[in-house]
Amino acid sequence: MECVFGMVCDGFVLVAADTSAVNSILVHKSDEDKIMVLDSHKLLGASGESGDRVQFTEYIQKNVSLYQFRNGIPLTTAATANFTRGELATALRKNPYSVNLLLAGYDKETGPSLYYIDYIASCHKVEKGAFGYGAYFSLSMMDRHYRSGMSLEEATDLAEKCIVEIRSRLVVAPPNFVIKIVDKDGARVHKWVDSIKDEGAAAVAAALAAA
Amino acid sequence: MKLDSGLENSSSIFLGGCSGLEADFSAPPSFDLPITNDFDGWQKKSVQMVKPARGTTTLAFIFKEGVMVAADSRASMGGYISSQSVKKIIEINPYMLGTMAGGAADCQFWHRNLGVKCRLHELANKRRISVTGASKLLANILYSYRGMGLSVGTMIAGWDEKGPGLYYVDSEGGRLKGTRFSVGSGSPYAYGVLDNGFLSFFGNFSYIYYVGPDGWKKMSGDDVGELHYSYYPVVPSVVEQEMTEVPVA
Repeated sequence: MECVFGMVCDGFVLVAADTSAVNSILVHKSDEDKIMVLDSHKLLGASGESGDRVQFTEYIQKNVSLYQFRNGIPLTTAATANFTRGELATALRKNPYSVNLLLAGYDKETGPSLYYIDYIASCHKVEKGAFGYGAYFSLSMMDRHYRSGMSLEEATDLAEKCIVEIRSRLVVAPPNFVIKIVDKDGARVHKWVDSIKDEGAAAVAAALAAA
Repeated sequence: MKLDSGLENSSSIFLGGCSGLEADFSAPPSFDLPITNDFDGWQKKSVQMVKPARGTTTLAFIFKEGVMVAADSRASMGGYISSQSVKKIIEINPYMLGTMAGGAADCQFWHRNLGVKCRLHELANKRRISVTGASKLLANILYSYRGMGLSVGTMIAGWDEKGPGLYYVDSEGGRLKGTRFSVGSGSPYAYGVLDNGFLSFFGNFSYIYYVGPDGWKKMSGDDVGELHYSYYPVVPSVVEQEMTEVPVA
C-alpha cells in the first residue's frame, strides 16, 4: 500500500514515494511517479485515490504556474502550502479530494522546507513526515535515525533504510520506490529503488527510442 | 447489460424463483419442453454449458511495431448471458481503439462521445489528436461524473505522432500510461499470461486488433470453440484396456 515520506536535510529536502498503481488486489503498474515536480524548485509527493491525486496535483501545479505568469515571481514554498491547504479546505465541505500531500521546496530566503498537508486540510511545517501504511515504519525509522543537517549521502542511506524496513515488515509492501530531491539547483529525480524490473516496458521504451 | 469489470463477486446463476412471475395466477404460462427423457440432467448440463468463465477480459499491449488489442465478446445481465457476440473493442477512429469493460451503455456512450470530440479536434487543428490527449479527454469527463454511478473500465490504444500509445482509464477518474494493461473481471488471469508473453481469451469470440502506423487492422474475430481446438488439437487417446465379451464356450 501507499508509502510517501520526506525529510529536510542540509540545504535540500528529500522526498520518497512508492511507484505502484493499485486497484483492489491488482497492481496495474509499478513505475507510476507519485512525486510531481511542481515548479523548478518544488516537489509535491501525493498519496490517495488515483483520480483525485492526479487531478488535484495538476490543478495545484497549473495554478502555481498561473501565479508565476501573472506576477512574474514564483510563489514561495510557504505560500504554495497555504494555497494548497486553502483549496483542500474549500473542497472539504463540498466534494473532498482524498489526497495527502508532502510539499517540499527550496527558497533563496528560507532555504529548504517541508510541509505536511492532509486531505482534511491541515498544514504543518515539519522536518520529517510520512503518509500511508509505510508511515508506520518510516516514521519510527526517521525518529530514531534522523538528525537535522544530514548530508545527501546520509539522507539517501536513511531513505533506503526506511524502504528496506517497509519491504520487510509491511504485508502489502510496494516493490519499487523513487527518491527525489530539491535543493538550490532545483527539483530532480535522485534515484529509483527498484526490486522488480519491468523488462517488457524497458524493451518497448528502448525500441521506441531507437525508432 | 453489464460487462463484468471488477473483482467483485457478481451474483451466481439461479434459474428458479422469479418473484415477479408468482403473482400471475390467472393464465399459467406454457412453453415447449425440450425433447429429452432426463430433464434434470439436461437442465444441469445446459447450466454447466454457460456457467464457466463468464465475465469480461480485455487486454492490450505495446510491442515493437504497434499496439495489440484483444477482448472477449460476452455480455451478461446478472446470471443471464445476453449476448455472445458483443464488440468490446470500439473503433474511435482509424488510428484509435477503445476497449469496454463495466457498464456496456456507459462504455458505448462515452466512447462514441470521445469519437465525436476527437473528430472535432481533428477538424479544428488539422491533425489527429494524440492518444495522450484523447485518453485525458475521457478521463476528465469520467472524473467529473465520479461517484455518480458510472461504471467504465477502458483502455485507449492507438498510434499518434509519437508512435504507439496505451492508456488505462476508469470511472473512478484514474488514468494510467503503460505498456500493457488488462481490464475486466478476467484481468488477473490475463495478466498472468500477458506478463509471461502469452495470450488467452474468454467468451465465444475473441477479437484481435493491431494498431500500427497506418491505423488499426482487425486481425481476427474467431470462435473460441474452434480456436481452442486449433491450439489444443484432439489427439486420439490410446485405449489402455478394453473389455471384451467372454467367448461363450
